[in-house]
Amino acid sequence: MISATGVHKAYGGTIVLEGVDLDVPAGAIFALLGPNGAGKTTTVNILTTLIRPDAGSIRIAGADPLTDPDAVRAAIGVTGQFAAVDALLTGEENLILIADLLHLGRRPGRRRAAELLELFDLTTAARRPAATYSGGMRRRLDIAMGLVATPRVVFLDEPTTGLDPRGRRAMWETIRGLAAGGVTIFLTTQYLEEADHLADKIDLLHHGRIVASGTPAELKRLVPGGHVTLTFAEPAGTDTAARALGLTPPGDRTTLNVPGDGSVPSLRALLATLDAAGVELEGLSVHTPDLDDVFLALTATGAPR
Amino acid sequence: MTTLAYAVRDSNTMLRRNLRHTLRYPQMSVFLAGAPIIFLLLFVYVFGATLGAGLGGTRADYLAFVVPGILMLTIGGATTGTSVSVASDITEGIAARFRTMPIARVSILTGHVLGSIIQTFASLVIVLAVALAIGYRPTANPAAWLGVIAVLAMVCFAFTWLAVALGLSAKTVEEASNTPMPLTLLPFLGSGFVPTDTMPPGLRQFAEYQPFTPIMETVRSLLTGHSPGTHLLTATAWCAALALIGYLWSRYRYNRL
Repeated sequence: MISATGVHKAYGGTIVLEGVDLDVPAGAIFALLGPNGAGKTTTVNILTTLIRPDAGSIRIAGADPLTDPDAVRAAIGVTGQFAAVDALLTGEENLILIADLLHLGRRPGRRRAAELLELFDLTTAARRPAATYSGGMRRRLDIAMGLVATPRVVFLDEPTTGLDPRGRRAMWETIRGLAAGGVTIFLTTQYLEEADHLADKIDLLHHGRIVASGTPAELKRLVPGGHVTLTFAEPAGTDTAARALGLTPPGDRTTLNVPGDGSVPSLRALLATLDAAGVELEGLSVHTPDLDDVFLALTATGAPR
Repeated sequence: MTTLAYAVRDSNTMLRRNLRHTLRYPQMSVFLAGAPIIFLLLFVYVFGATLGAGLGGTRADYLAFVVPGILMLTIGGATTGTSVSVASDITEGIAARFRTMPIARVSILTGHVLGSIIQTFASLVIVLAVALAIGYRPTANPAAWLGVIAVLAMVCFAFTWLAVALGLSAKTVEEASNTPMPLTLLPFLGSGFVPTDTMPPGLRQFAEYQPFTPIMETVRSLLTGHSPGTHLLTATAWCAALALIGYLWSRYRYNRL
């Protein structure tokens, strides 16, 4: 649904994007993850026809933003980093404005506006100017405005930045709901947790390059550093197990962290050792590295230019 | 529908948006019409007797002399409103939203231009009404009035495009409220408030050749029932040139957002 190869963009002497390749299948939730200044917003602006790349080829829903931007614009809904709502108009007027610009017609346009107000829980605030809305309400209106045309691809640039935890959860639900309806989602985020929760596929952008790409699980496997946590009924058991595994006993505790990747053979060997030492094990859990580990490991190696 | 029909329809949608802004945020309109009214009262009641005597007449004669200048102040002042509202759209992200939609791109600008012209005309009518209320009695016939309206529309059109360009060039809304300042002050440095032959050399040449002077002379001639002569041609040329510069400059800035 979205594909890009070799996208370059520089402003003056500053290279922002250096050969970015992307491939987002239809119906997926894709997360472009990266720290501030990685080039996330520039990527979104190029894909949504706002700026032209210096080089590279792009297809959005089969159309080329360089030669046929209106075909791309007809297929996408965009919610930028800063809520792009008209603060002087009411929520309803904002949606009707978009419907009018899309030539939906008077009655269908009003019906669509009412549907979206209902869907985004803005019906009671529909007749109030958007200037009086809270941050979360503005975001919801912003996203609703991107959906008036029922787009096939939705771009969300940092959709949860500035929202409180409840607003963030609600936004995640909204995004999942859109994806369940068959919409392809392209979101950017600097929160690993968010990408981990939502995305089917994550690309990690760092200094204008994609440094890693895959499912959340695949990315986590790129980084060693997992461990197995053993739980014992008594601290004495912890000590015996530690000695049997050649680790320093942690003292008066009932849990023991054993380094390892959590693969089946390593677990089998671990359990055999504990059996041989005659320790009663109460529980066991495998910890793969989380995305934070991936993020830090991969971005630390990509030295800044 | 043809491309042009879409452009007209989208411009109309944008125009309605801008007019709604005017209703929701009337402070700006009140200020834009209020400032020239204050200048009118100031010049007529504070300076009017002395300046009228300088013209060889009375306060009432000065009122008749100064009205075209006040009308130009109204148009010059309105550029601030246009520039600010364009800059707000650009900096608040809503223009970026419009640009990711399959709409006639020019409609974002034409909506502002049409909205500003309507708003400026409303201000001009209010200012004229105040002038009439304090005793202004123009001697123009209906044909001359039509000429006045046409000239004012032409001037509005030209200065609004310049204001759009200034709004698009500004990095912040504050900057957009400052850059039109020269347009607001320019009418004072012309033949609107005192005859240019009373000015010192240098300033006098500037006053005689700057665009507002032939425009004010044209409007004054029409309102007093005289033929504007070559002033009309010069004024038209200035407006055409300024409108073209404003339009091309706006287009250049807009394509580089």
